[in-house]
Amino acid sequence: MSKIKLTTVAFKGTAEQETQLRQVLDEIKSSAHPSVMTALQRAQAIYGYLPIEVQSIIADEMGVSLEEVFGVATFYSQFTLNPQGSYAFGVCLGTACYVKGSGDVVAKLEECLGLKDGETSSDGKYSIASTRCVGCCGLAPVMTVNNEVYGKLTVKDIPDIVAKYKAM
Amino acid sequence: MALVNVKINNIPVQVEEGKTILEAAKLAGIKIPTLCYLKGVNEIGACRVCVCEVKGARSLVAACVYPVNEGMEVFTNTPNVRASRKATVELLLSNHNKACLSCVRNNNCELQTLSSDLGCDATKYEGVKSDASKDESTPYLIRDNSKCVLCRRCSAVCKEYQSVAVIGANGRGFDTHIACAFEKPLAETACVGCGQCIVACPTGALSEMEEIDDVLNAINDPSKRVIVAAAPSVRVGLGEEFGMPIGTNVEGKMVAAMRRLGFDDVFDVNFGADLTIMEEGTEFLNRVKNGGTLPMITSCSPAWIKFCEHNFPDQLDHLSSCKSPQQMFGAVCKTYYAEKLGMDPKDMVVVSIMPCTAKKFEKGRGNQNAAGVPDIDFALTTRELAKLIKRAGIIFDELPDEQFDNPLGIFTGAGLIFGATGGVMEAALRTLYEIVVGKEAPSLDFNEVRGTEGIKEAEYDLAGKKVRVCVASGLANARKIMEDVRAGKSQYDFIEIMSCPGGCVNGGGQPIKSAFVRNNKDIKAERAKSIYAQDAAMKMRKSHENPAVQQLYKEFLGEPNSHKAHEILHTKYVPRQKY
Repeated sequence: MSKIKLTTVAFKGTAEQETQLRQVLDEIKSSAHPSVMTALQRAQAIYGYLPIEVQSIIADEMGVSLEEVFGVATFYSQFTLNPQGSYAFGVCLGTACYVKGSGDVVAKLEECLGLKDGETSSDGKYSIASTRCVGCCGLAPVMTVNNEVYGKLTVKDIPDIVAKYKAM
Repeated sequence: MALVNVKINNIPVQVEEGKTILEAAKLAGIKIPTLCYLKGVNEIGACRVCVCEVKGARSLVAACVYPVNEGMEVFTNTPNVRASRKATVELLLSNHNKACLSCVRNNNCELQTLSSDLGCDATKYEGVKSDASKDESTPYLIRDNSKCVLCRRCSAVCKEYQSVAVIGANGRGFDTHIACAFEKPLAETACVGCGQCIVACPTGALSEMEEIDDVLNAINDPSKRVIVAAAPSVRVGLGEEFGMPIGTNVEGKMVAAMRRLGFDDVFDVNFGADLTIMEEGTEFLNRVKNGGTLPMITSCSPAWIKFCEHNFPDQLDHLSSCKSPQQMFGAVCKTYYAEKLGMDPKDMVVVSIMPCTAKKFEKGRGNQNAAGVPDIDFALTTRELAKLIKRAGIIFDELPDEQFDNPLGIFTGAGLIFGATGGVMEAALRTLYEIVVGKEAPSLDFNEVRGTEGIKEAEYDLAGKKVRVCVASGLANARKIMEDVRAGKSQYDFIEIMSCPGGCVNGGGQPIKSAFVRNNKDIKAERAKSIYAQDAAMKMRKSHENPAVQQLYKEFLGEPNSHKAHEILHTKYVPRQKY
């Protein structure tokens, strides 16, 4: 099976977002070098991710097939098919964090949330994303949840942190 | 075009400027192996199988995309080149499901040939294989990624020939795989089922959904009367599966083989084609007379119909309501012929042999069951018929030439030429001219609509009324025509559209020729030539002259487009989603 992670979260795009996307696409189409890549980048800036509803509009407007758009979206790691959860768990897998055991932290988090790295729960509340170095190796291993930073973590800390967000 | 002097393995050749090393080498009598290259469609230099040494170049170059220039010296067979090609193919084999003996493409596989030609050790590198899935969601096609070499020939033809582009490369690096957008199964996409990806595939990663065993079971069931009929193009393709030259007409041997396979009646879908002309021609004249929707567009090609439903759901009124020749044939078998035999159509099994994979989809569409049972039970490709013949131990080239059975095996040259792009239009014109003008057309050869160009147009004078016609093959061409139709800019009255470039002779169910053959020969033109030659030699060349068709109307249907004809021979279309 493919390693591509498709979202199970229902699309909640607004009319304003679509208007904005269509404006952006008009702008790209009239530029000197219209490219699907640019369209995807701008769309992701609007929606935070690239669901089929958004990629279909890009395909229609850019005059390419949906599969071609999807091929680009799944080639580059900068694009994501999943929305960030309301509580976005990010675990650093940079070198320092990794040697201090952040791999186990991710595994525990996956277990507690019932999600795999890169996935978002279908109610849209929680997501897990492993990240590159977040720049505070002194706190390794580091996890962020939205703007909260948790440092010097151990696997034992995870259930309590998860419980805190589940209670919110 | 200016000529440049190059040397291939020290052999001097003069080549047009801009040609590739691959083409120059062919002129010097050298075949450089290729894998991903398909001329004009997939020229991406990705697989590195065609690498060569060029004097003065830093590294090996891909011959398929590297243009020659004056004084260039190329070496295609050095130790360095041989080692590189061999390692490339061995690495491909390391990630390949090597179940060759039971593979659908055993003995007709370009990877197998490369491995053998390059002296590869197929098990040299053993390691992790990329995850491979199998898509069997459609009734017409199997995609088995464990056999895929990621050459992208399939996605290139899907996009370039057909403008369908539902398969392509997803993911990156080792996880790269050919699939549909959002990993949907093919059946949930706008795939039209044309099968051009199958005939472009170098390996067994793409193949038709076979119905061979179903047909064998039906033949072995004594309670069933099993009828077989082949489309026009099958007779000029089938011989290739038995080593005969491209386009060899094997009609007589095909009939003999079908009889020996145990079919009860050996008929011809050409009969259905002649019938189509009667119905479609009459429908066209009625539309002209009554101000119906014009241009009217032919409906013989099921992949075209599905394409139209997905991409132009607002334009379905332009489609002729006629069933395709296959479906008309099946419908007549299960109504008229069953009645003649005094049998229940439920005990009849109608098998069609088609140059087409989309026919496997068409037979399962709604509104294709005139007698309350499916008009067609099984639709085999030309390739599947060849397998049936081989499995039965029939020595094909030693067979005598035999004739089709009566009455549904009678056909005219007009029905026969349906196999080539422009054939339906020409057949229609032969009959329309005579109906409208009241005498035979000055020439029965309507050369303007013949030939393999993707879009052809012509204008004919039918008793003072100008009829503007267009013929398109390849769905990318059809899309251009349809955009004009949608915009109200189309100047045509009557349009023929065939999904596959060159028409059914080049269908997705026809024998698979290697890229080397495809790149150097015009397969569709050679097969079409053979069809036109048979037509030219026929006594009956106009559909309305077909005595069996005349008898069918007299005894059963009344007249073309009658209420009964509508019930049995016409159908409806449904708008479909693009995504």
